[in-house]
Amino acid sequence: MLRMISTRVATSVVTLFLAAFFVFFAVQALPGDVAEQLLGQNATDEAVATLREQLGLDTNVWVRFVEWLGNAVTGDFGTSLVSGASVSSTLWTAFSHSLLIAVPAIVVGITVSLLLGILAGARRGTTTDSSVSVLSLIAMSIPEFVVATLLVLVLAIAIPVFPSVVLEGPDATFGDLLPAIVLPCITLVVAMGAYIIRAMRSSTIDGLATEYATTATLKGVPRRRVLWRHVAPTAVLPVLPVVSINVAWLLGGVVVVESVFNYPGLGKLMIDSVSTRDLPVLQAIAVLSAVVYVTVNLLADLLALAADPRQRTLHQPRRRRSSATPVPQEDIR
Amino acid sequence: MITRLRGLGQLTPGTRIGLAFVGFTVLVALLAPWLAPYDPVATDAENALAGASWSHWLGTDQYGRDILSRTIEGGRFALLVSLLATTTAVVVGTLIGSVAAYYGRWVDGAITRVLDAVLAVPSVLALLLIVSVFGNSVPVLVIAIAVVYVPAVARVVRGAARPVLASGYVTAAKARGERSLPIIGREVLPNILDTVLVEFAMRASWVVLLVSTLSFLGFGVNPPTPDWGLMIQENRTALTVAPAGTIAPIVALSLLVVGLNLAADGLGKHFGVDRARRGVL
Repeated sequence: MLRMISTRVATSVVTLFLAAFFVFFAVQALPGDVAEQLLGQNATDEAVATLREQLGLDTNVWVRFVEWLGNAVTGDFGTSLVSGASVSSTLWTAFSHSLLIAVPAIVVGITVSLLLGILAGARRGTTTDSSVSVLSLIAMSIPEFVVATLLVLVLAIAIPVFPSVVLEGPDATFGDLLPAIVLPCITLVVAMGAYIIRAMRSSTIDGLATEYATTATLKGVPRRRVLWRHVAPTAVLPVLPVVSINVAWLLGGVVVVESVFNYPGLGKLMIDSVSTRDLPVLQAIAVLSAVVYVTVNLLADLLALAADPRQRTLHQPRRRRSSATPVPQEDIR
Repeated sequence: MITRLRGLGQLTPGTRIGLAFVGFTVLVALLAPWLAPYDPVATDAENALAGASWSHWLGTDQYGRDILSRTIEGGRFALLVSLLATTTAVVVGTLIGSVAAYYGRWVDGAITRVLDAVLAVPSVLALLLIVSVFGNSVPVLVIAIAVVYVPAVARVVRGAARPVLASGYVTAAKARGERSLPIIGREVLPNILDTVLVEFAMRASWVVLLVSTLSFLGFGVNPPTPDWGLMIQENRTALTVAPAGTIAPIVALSLLVVGLNLAADGLGKHFGVDRARRGVL
């Protein structure tokens, strides 16, 4: 058990290291000279030389990688090329703003989706089921920017309840942002909910068909109790990876939603930094997102281990290899 | 497998509707130059933001361009890029996935770690970086999107190939002294073709969404080329004056993606690959 956990943690660290490696070299090994690219074609030779020196481009790329990684581990990502401010402080402000919309979206989204999924699965074939299924199919088919646009049309323009964009910049306080988080949150819930609903529905249907559910029913346990006490707790387990992938995506990739609402979070910072080619910031965002992704997946795996004793022994070899995979369904073929 | 492919004739109504949506969108995109009543990039300042009329069924945008013509032509770019990118991602991902499953041990371990690491970097960030450096030509977009989706495809294929590799006929082929690539090509691939097909259909729906997202963010097509994502971005500000400019591309895009999703669900059910269970990966 302890060995499994430590192996799992070790693989996460290796994955994280590889991700940092890719990010660094993808950014550094871009064609042409980074300094020239940053300054544009009209830059003087002196300006290029100064920037090269500032970026340390003349030292060996491996040395720079080790230095950058060493600093990154301690939370120091250097200074922004554009504003000159410390990258980590900019990053943490943006990240905390993103969390402000992501955390409520995650809590509401997961709860509602799991309940809807169980409901649809338990009432398979009824009107409830088909409406939930059709709605989730539609929700996963329209991109977030469309959901956001429609929400603005209805709840900010037609019935002006919420602000459609955030006017404050990165310095906004939580109080300023509070009324503005509602629409981004709803958008995120819609975007992430569909996949969880579908997974939970499918898993509930399987759970209701198991022998222990049949036994409970035959013993005379009320249907409602069979569903909530016998089926639901086990049926949530296979859905965990789906949830964790969605949470990781939510924290890393809220780019579109933040861009539509002009919300000063991580995604907005990403777009701005791409336009200004602010490499240290981009590297830091990528690493932070990778950390979030790996951590969330690790937590989901450990949670599954804690909740499901079967996973601790029976599927040990397969589990370890499939690490963060949303359990591949090869066995149902 | 082959018999199951033949059985495609008996599909559920949902799948038929899905395939019809996709077919309709592709057909309209192919015939767009003949269908569109106006030149989609011709501006007409006199007629800007006009409402629906007999000459412009869906009205015009802020430059006076006909919205119906732009919507009809708007799927061409996204469809082309999506088709190429999805095909590349699925082919490369299938190869990597089956190689990882075949060799197992440290090859598998190394490949899995690398794929995990690529997955950990947010796809939109990777795409934006590649596009901002190499430009937004079609080949660059195709390769960039393929890079983003190869790890996910490879992981799914690897999972599907593993039980096939444990089967008797693969052992027999190995015992006959066949080499690894022919075994992968002749024994493994035909038996995971169903998984790969479903993978293609569902991957296509995400690629379409990603391409339009990219255009929406201003990193996809160059204006004034008509594209749904770009149209939504351009006309969003005039939402109250000329709502058709935003609604029409939304409807077109949703029709295509709902169609792709229905088709993927139907194919999945047909082949017994439970798609809903897998979530977003």
